Amino acid sequence: MVFNNILYSVKQGIVNIWRNLMFSLASIATMAACIFMFGIFFILVTNFNSMVKEAEEGVAVTVFFNEGISQERIDEIGDQIKARAEVSDYHFVSAEEAWETFKEDYFKGHEEAAAGFADDNPLANAANYQIYLNDVSMQSSLCTYLESIDGVREVKQSEAVAKTLTDLNKLISYISAGIILILLCVAIFLINNTVTVGISVRKEEIAIMKLIGATDFLVRAPFVVEGIVIGLVGAAIPLVLLYFMYGGITSYIAEKFVFLSNIMHFQSDAEIFAVLIPVGLLLGVGIGFVGSTMTTRKHLKV
Amino acid sequence: MIKLEHVSKAYSAGIPALNDVSLEIEQGEFVFLVGDSGSGKSTLIKLLLKELNPTEGKITVDNIDLAKIKRKQIPKFRRNIGVVFQDFRLLKDRNVYDNVAFAQKVIGESGSHIKKKVPMMLSMVGLAAKYRSFPKQLSGGEQQRVAIARALINEPKILLADEPTGNLDNNNAWEIMKLLEEINDRGTTVVVVTHNLEIVKVMKKRVITIKKGVVVSDSKQGDYNDGI
Repeated sequence: MVFNNILYSVKQGIVNIWRNLMFSLASIATMAACIFMFGIFFILVTNFNSMVKEAEEGVAVTVFFNEGISQERIDEIGDQIKARAEVSDYHFVSAEEAWETFKEDYFKGHEEAAAGFADDNPLANAANYQIYLNDVSMQSSLCTYLESIDGVREVKQSEAVAKTLTDLNKLISYISAGIILILLCVAIFLINNTVTVGISVRKEEIAIMKLIGATDFLVRAPFVVEGIVIGLVGAAIPLVLLYFMYGGITSYIAEKFVFLSNIMHFQSDAEIFAVLIPVGLLLGVGIGFVGSTMTTRKHLKV
Repeated sequence: MIKLEHVSKAYSAGIPALNDVSLEIEQGEFVFLVGDSGSGKSTLIKLLLKELNPTEGKITVDNIDLAKIKRKQIPKFRRNIGVVFQDFRLLKDRNVYDNVAFAQKVIGESGSHIKKKVPMMLSMVGLAAKYRSFPKQLSGGEQQRVAIARALINEPKILLADEPTGNLDNNNAWEIMKLLEEINDRGTTVVVVTHNLEIVKVMKKRVITIKKGVVVSDSKQGDYNDGI
């Protein structure tokens, strides 16, 4: 009996869509537009986030040591840094390496000027640890900790870059949450309207069902199925479209705007759609379910 | 089978639709409910279906106190009562077979059970040959037969008929009344609300007369002369 009821509800839900074809198509189209916008936004945010993350990973904190510190103590400081959760990577730069890098950066083409220093390393006190963080917003607290370590002379950080990246991340999160919320409300409103029309068209049938002894579940379920199917179809269409568009657009940018592809690294189709497809479908089904359930509760007091 | 004890129903302040009604209908009885428009007959039908609750009094149907039924139990309770209306209330976009099958589908019967039961029911009401016709292709009498088949397919113990002949010509009205009598002969309790006093007089059944919400007479079989 339960199986028969479910079968009846699914069948009737699909029949409802067919009977109110124009309204259903309008709902599917609007749902598709919503999920399409959500998808575009998701792709932009995901790519932007990954680019910000890449930039974050490039932001390093530099730790300089007291004059005359032993290598043993430097190694101990290294162990302390390694133990911190916010540290993703660190490496030691000796005074010699620091001088070599400096020479390459500032004396390139004028090597004779650097030769004047002979074996006298002007950066003899510049041995340091370059520390990279998991989350750039943790930079300030890490620096405070590093400054408190015995043997540390100076900690250099790029506070402006860290703050900008942290703020940017927050802004993106707020904007995405806001837009997604608006889209959700619009989609729920539309499903509401479609199901309300369906209910008013089937008013007589519903009245008969109630008199015959149909349960609340059986009266309401076809409308909920209708909402879920609209949500599912409305989500599937834009996801397929986006899948084909994404590959095309990213390859086009990579081919036509080489300078952009040097600074922007797009995520792969697999990375994006492994998340976007289930989230998009779930969102469509969820909106359909919530919208239709709300409407049946309001209009079908069985 | 049906028992009303001091039942009153008021929709709002003013004259109640039913006022202190007490009556009892035995299992297998055939009863006419007669009265003017607005006398409270339809309110009585709605109370028996638990579409409405009485303001006062107690209603018992098939040994069930309607005041004690939980909301979730109402659908199951209603499966014991078949209802037909003056305007037939058929689904216009479905043929005769589907209209009758609909009553079985909504209570979760299996497809194979429905395939056996619907033709039997259509034969009983004399519409087996028209199972593919749509309501607009049928006469009023035939539409009412479909409505009766739909009301009976779930084998209710009680059949409530609210003005079943109201939209029919004399011949069709008699056909329907004969069908209701046959149904009663098979053991179903039948309650018919009607204005058609000619039918009431000729059929010589029990007649309950309601006027302004009050039962003014309750005539035994064959005793009814004029009524209102």
